[in-house]
Amino acid sequence: MSSSPVADYTVVHAKSRSFYDRYERKTELQHQTHFCPGCGHGIVHKMIAAAIDELGVQDRTILVGPVGCSVFTYYYFDVGNVQAAHGRAPAVATAVSRSLPGSVVISYQGDGDLCAIGSAEILHAANRGENIAVIFVNNAIYSMTGGQAAPTTLLGQKSTTTPLGRKAATEGYPLHVSELLATLQAPVYIERVGLGDNKQIAQTARAIRRALENQARGLGFSLVEVLSPCPTIWEMSPVEAQHWVRETMEKTFPLGVFRDQTKERLAAPKPEPAPSPALDELPRILGVADADLPEGNAHALDAGQTIDLQVRIAGFGGQGVLLLGEVLAEAGLDAGLEVSWLPSYGPEMRSGTSNCHVRLAREAIDSPLVSAPNVLVAMNEPSLRKFDQSVRRGGWVIFDGEEFPADCRREGVHVLALPFTELANGTGDKRAANMVMLGAVLELAGVLPEASIAAALRRLIRNPRWVELDERAIVLGRQLFQRALA
Amino acid sequence: MKKMTGEIKKDRGMLEIDEAECKGCGLCIEACPPKVIAMGERLNRYGYRTAIYAGAGCTGCGICFMACPEPGAITVLRLSSPGGVAAARTLGGATRCASN
Ligand SMILES: Cc1ncc(C[n+]2csc(CCOP(=O)(O)OP(=O)(O)O)c2C)c(N)n1
Repeated sequence: MSSSPVADYTVVHAKSRSFYDRYERKTELQHQTHFCPGCGHGIVHKMIAAAIDELGVQDRTILVGPVGCSVFTYYYFDVGNVQAAHGRAPAVATAVSRSLPGSVVISYQGDGDLCAIGSAEILHAANRGENIAVIFVNNAIYSMTGGQAAPTTLLGQKSTTTPLGRKAATEGYPLHVSELLATLQAPVYIERVGLGDNKQIAQTARAIRRALENQARGLGFSLVEVLSPCPTIWEMSPVEAQHWVRETMEKTFPLGVFRDQTKERLAAPKPEPAPSPALDELPRILGVADADLPEGNAHALDAGQTIDLQVRIAGFGGQGVLLLGEVLAEAGLDAGLEVSWLPSYGPEMRSGTSNCHVRLAREAIDSPLVSAPNVLVAMNEPSLRKFDQSVRRGGWVIFDGEEFPADCRREGVHVLALPFTELANGTGDKRAANMVMLGAVLELAGVLPEASIAAALRRLIRNPRWVELDERAIVLGRQLFQRALA
Repeated sequence: MKKMTGEIKKDRGMLEIDEAECKGCGLCIEACPPKVIAMGERLNRYGYRTAIYAGAGCTGCGICFMACPEPGAITVLRLSSPGGVAAARTLGGATRCASN
């Protein structure tokens, strides 16, 4: 802000630098907020912006906006902005704060947002002592949706859902969020303030600044509850609404500091959490590391040929349906393709039916669901009957059974029906039937290099004896497919 | 502002109200300790009556600024100290450079 054109006078209070010059939400009236005349949200916005300016943290502040009248924080604040789903701002703020240590993270929330739909999120964020400042604007009502009762609605207060006034017997008592959260061990600072008169307004500005300062110093969870006027829904003039905060709301929600551990935390700061392990350490931690395992993405295919393989694999639990799909997807990954593998099974660990969706493509995959496969692998008749209608024209059905049911034949769909389980006996183990069928799929798809399949098998199947068996089974499957074509 | 003559002391403060941003809620009028803000009779372009500064008597306390819900509707100025730029205290309790 430049100094005034009027000589001898300098600007001491003006629009914060942390606000955008113009708000691009609308094409006109870009200098005005969307708030009604006299709305407490506007006042709280200004206090947050002033505190950001004063602390000099604009370039490391991230504001998480809520659902409610204050949903548009990102149009006003020239800081990092995220807009959360209703009530979820503390969860989003947790993620932001943890992934960007050193940032000043603010969760801005209304009372419907924070203590109705979002009551779980705020409770646990406070209990974990997340490094966030919560600015909680309590106007005792759901304003944006037109005045339904909130958990904070006063006893006797009329709302569209309590037209005769809130009654404790049916709607319970106004929720005292600050007092509740102050019973927890982790929070650093919790204060309830108001916008009921000049003195209260001054105290609110101080409290908001403290909450943000706590973030700048990394002290932990702070919450400022602001009793805030909503003249429109309360059906009062802005000045009457201000008085109502002081004369009526404050009786139910006494102002004051409910928790203040600032000094203690400054003396003994929160221990830094252990740094997260590096990405390449994860395989070891998860017990899947093996120096002998081949690297992923090792045998990338040449670009050019379009690939869009959509496979549905179905059978009984225990037949190896999911593993068949996994090997296919893993080999695709190794070949540098986009892949998805989506298992779908009942609660049974064994038996029951089971199926999976596998996609391999060059382009990014929009959905992992395969509702119209170009290859269906059916390891028994019920599975065939469940999915055969879904196969695309020009696609293939690979069926474990000598007899392909005549009523399942369809124009334009190729069929390879063989007693795969019996044939798997030739490899020495009937249980390798899934890999024999995989061999047939690989041969018909013809896109994946042998090296990728070998790499996938070694990554997914730990026992070398099984790897060797499965490799033979796949070879057999390829031969069976070749022979059938001939 | 009063015309400067030898005997009239300059006001400590001064106000600028952006009538295009003001929504006429009246909270600044209620908040102003020396009562130097009033509701104007004229409607602005958007149909609001807006707050207007009486033109004299402002102490530069800044309370109207804090009570106003619009980010830039009110600008508060203060008389610079003879030595240069005045240091001002905001309502938040922090000192900030008056020249920003
Ligand atoms: C999941 C979900 N449920 C419901 C809504 C509808 N909804 C929008 S705002 C709102 C209430 C907000 O009230 P409050 O948090 O008190 O904010 P205020 O509008 O009073 O500032 C509701 C229920 C929604 N947007 N999303």
